[in-house]
Amino acid sequence: MAKIHVSTTINGEPTEFLCDPADTVLDTLRDTLGLTGSKEGCGSGDCGACSITIDGRLVCSCLVLAAEADGHEIETIEGMAGSDHLHPLQRKFLETAALQCGICTPGFLMAAKSLLEKNPDPTETEVRYWLAGNLCRCTGYDKIVRAVMETAAEMREGAR
Amino acid sequence: MNDQSHKWIGKRTIRPDGADKVTGRAAYAADATMPGMVWGKVLRSPHPHAVIKSIDTSKAEALPGVKAVATAADFVDFPVDTPVPLGIQDMRWMSRNMLAKEKVLFHGHPIAAVAATSEEIAAEACALIEVDYDVLPFAIEIDDALAKDAPILHDFIEFEGRKSNIAGTLEHKLGDVEAGFAEADVIVERSFTTKPVHQGYIETHACVVSVAPDDRTTIWSSSQGQFMVRAMTAYLTGIPQSHIKAIPAEIGGGFGGKTIVYLEPVATILSKKSGRPVKMVMTREEVMRATGPTSGSKSTVKIGAKKDGTIVAGQGTFYLQAGCLPGSPIRGAAGCAFAPYDIKNVHSFGYDVVSNRSKVAAYRAPGAPIGAFAVECVLDEVAEKLGMDPLKLRLKNAAKEGTKAAHGPTFPRIGYAETVEEALNSTHYKTPLTGKYQGRGVASGFWFNAGGESSAQVNITEDGNVVVTTGHPDIGGSRASIANITAELLGIDYDQVSVQIGDTATIGYSNLTGGSRVLFASAMVVTESTEQVIEQLKGRAAKIWGIDPSQVVWENGEARPMGEHSANFPSMSLEELAAKANATGGPIGAGSQSNTVGAEGGFATHVCDVEVDVDLGIVRVIRYTCFQDVGRAIHPSYVEGQLQGGMAQGIGWALNEEYIYDKNGRVDNPGFLDYRMPVCSDLPMLDCGIIEIPNPKHPQGVRGVGEVPLVPGPAAVRNAVYDALGIRIDDLPLSPPSVLAAIDANSRQAAE
Repeated sequence: MAKIHVSTTINGEPTEFLCDPADTVLDTLRDTLGLTGSKEGCGSGDCGACSITIDGRLVCSCLVLAAEADGHEIETIEGMAGSDHLHPLQRKFLETAALQCGICTPGFLMAAKSLLEKNPDPTETEVRYWLAGNLCRCTGYDKIVRAVMETAAEMREGAR
Repeated sequence: MNDQSHKWIGKRTIRPDGADKVTGRAAYAADATMPGMVWGKVLRSPHPHAVIKSIDTSKAEALPGVKAVATAADFVDFPVDTPVPLGIQDMRWMSRNMLAKEKVLFHGHPIAAVAATSEEIAAEACALIEVDYDVLPFAIEIDDALAKDAPILHDFIEFEGRKSNIAGTLEHKLGDVEAGFAEADVIVERSFTTKPVHQGYIETHACVVSVAPDDRTTIWSSSQGQFMVRAMTAYLTGIPQSHIKAIPAEIGGGFGGKTIVYLEPVATILSKKSGRPVKMVMTREEVMRATGPTSGSKSTVKIGAKKDGTIVAGQGTFYLQAGCLPGSPIRGAAGCAFAPYDIKNVHSFGYDVVSNRSKVAAYRAPGAPIGAFAVECVLDEVAEKLGMDPLKLRLKNAAKEGTKAAHGPTFPRIGYAETVEEALNSTHYKTPLTGKYQGRGVASGFWFNAGGESSAQVNITEDGNVVVTTGHPDIGGSRASIANITAELLGIDYDQVSVQIGDTATIGYSNLTGGSRVLFASAMVVTESTEQVIEQLKGRAAKIWGIDPSQVVWENGEARPMGEHSANFPSMSLEELAAKANATGGPIGAGSQSNTVGAEGGFATHVCDVEVDVDLGIVRVIRYTCFQDVGRAIHPSYVEGQLQGGMAQGIGWALNEEYIYDKNGRVDNPGFLDYRMPVCSDLPMLDCGIIEIPNPKHPQGVRGVGEVPLVPGPAAVRNAVYDALGIRIDDLPLSPPSVLAAIDANSRQAAE
């Protein structure tokens, strides 16, 4: 079957690619574009390791067809840090050891960033339910939740 | 411990691999590619039990895009009557688990593999492979496998003189249990079952392998041991170990499940046959059907105690599922179950039972949570019958220095009693529960811990920094701890130390990341290497100053002359000595290799509060604390991380995780939606009571930390549910349907 031509914006860069009709955004990011920061843990939208945003909306990139990305803006983990500075969430994850093996970390960071953009002052319960679509088997979530809460507090302080 | 004498040990430093992991740079196995790479896929059995009469791969081979097809016939043969042990594994079983030989033994059992230019073509080719089966009756559960007329998986296994699915036994005996029970005022006996649970790592198994025409092989894979990958691949393919370079990719979780190979030898043969690098990545469904899990079990435990709470006898029988080939962790169940206690009379018996399920793999303190579940639940009832606080019962009988354990050793200084005391004195334990259906449970646990082979190389760079290379995949932050230790010993800044995990061609043999051994063992060889480096540095300074090396001290990252020379020369920093290295004798660096001993066991005590929704049967953990003797917390954050991860896994095992089989012998829940691991909204904060009783046999006092925190979990949760409901549920998991059924049965009984 003929490949589909897709024009999109990824992390601010205009990006074109060809994909098969059955390719997911995750397949394309990882195998075609070399953006392997998004991970595949399940391929069924249950683990959140492939979390990205499309037009600002948090999605599992394994559940979106690559062809559907045409004309849309994608943000991935690779776009989160600047060349000389980490995003406050990334920094806080490191300071508080909110990662162990790290395979779920890109997904958690994308999900947490999306949460704080919508809700800069989440309660612990709100953080836990927002992140309930991201599986972590190493940490028991304790340090992740704390990192998100602490980052939110610091970002609110910084915005004041 | 709040030891202020250390600058880096005990500090919460930023892990060396951290920035890579929060930016998506860290390269896991599935992130690797090679030029000319093709994709490998596996054909899996549609039957749980069948004889393979023939395999015809001709149609698959003829499909355009297919580059190679492999079956068991392409690999080294390991006859069933000749054991070939490798670590705790046996290549007879590893080879048959990797690709079925005479029979398929579970639904999903690999039969053949294809390499093709795309994953889709490889999958299509797998479907074209024709396998002629003689389908056999199957057994899934332990009782089915032990039934009189059970289908026998392996003709070569005999037990008590006849063909059987009992593949092995293990017995620990101490004293005389019959005499012990005769002294008891209270005896409790109860039987339990636990379901198999998967390790649940988020990264599926993956590898990329390239074999050159001269058999020189490069393997990039995610495992808990690159040397294990090299050895098993060499055994199974016949390629010598010296020709195989196994590169440890970052590993996305293992918990024991990546201590064996599934894909690497298959990709190696596909690469050898196709002349192309081969990439293989399992789907989550393949992981759930055909890797891990740990054993399901049934067990019976009997404990007798005197009125004053002295436990006089303990007896346990543990049947563990091995999956389709021998090798369940009966040692962990039978060996660890009674180990926290000083009991004079113990008899513990384990049975290894094969059935038509995927072969079990190690899972965090393999077998120990199964043994602890039974013993700790029975102890809860013993305490109730004696009218004693369950923690005080444990404290009264706590194993301590000099206690002879049933599994063999006499304990040195251990911190078990301290974990119970800390729990007893904790705010958590003293805070009353408030809700009607709230309950509190406690449980303890033990894990052997391990030492074993490790290698390290410590090199001083030309600009005066330090590169440490070790040989174990870092699964939970061990690089940060090794950097803490190296910086401490050298008296330099943490940021001057880089820690690398070497491939099999770069660093000496290092055993698996497993058994809670990595920091224990690698700290020993890193310490030895660093001490040698310090001696070299002192020697170099002595040479420059023209004095005897014995007149030089190394302090705060500097060589300093002492005694009569102390005022004659200014001290020299690492940077200055490194700059002069070539003039004073060449590069500065040292390596050490050792078979480390002295790991000593680890103990933990958990306190769990739950609240039960009696209408829906949902158990919610509302507070949880783990008290554990960690020896010395080199990096407290990652010690806490191990404890918290273990607690969460224990809660999952207790409440929701289980393999569900359909009537055709197939796993019915092979994905994260239906195999229900704890998610963020299921759990409270997980509190840690870190107790530091330094291991006297380790230079920094390290004890293994990673596995014990899973051991008490299932029992602590179950005992809490009993406290909440007054119903003792003896079968895991305590999932909503099972809890509701227990509540209903209880109210029916009350009404009758």
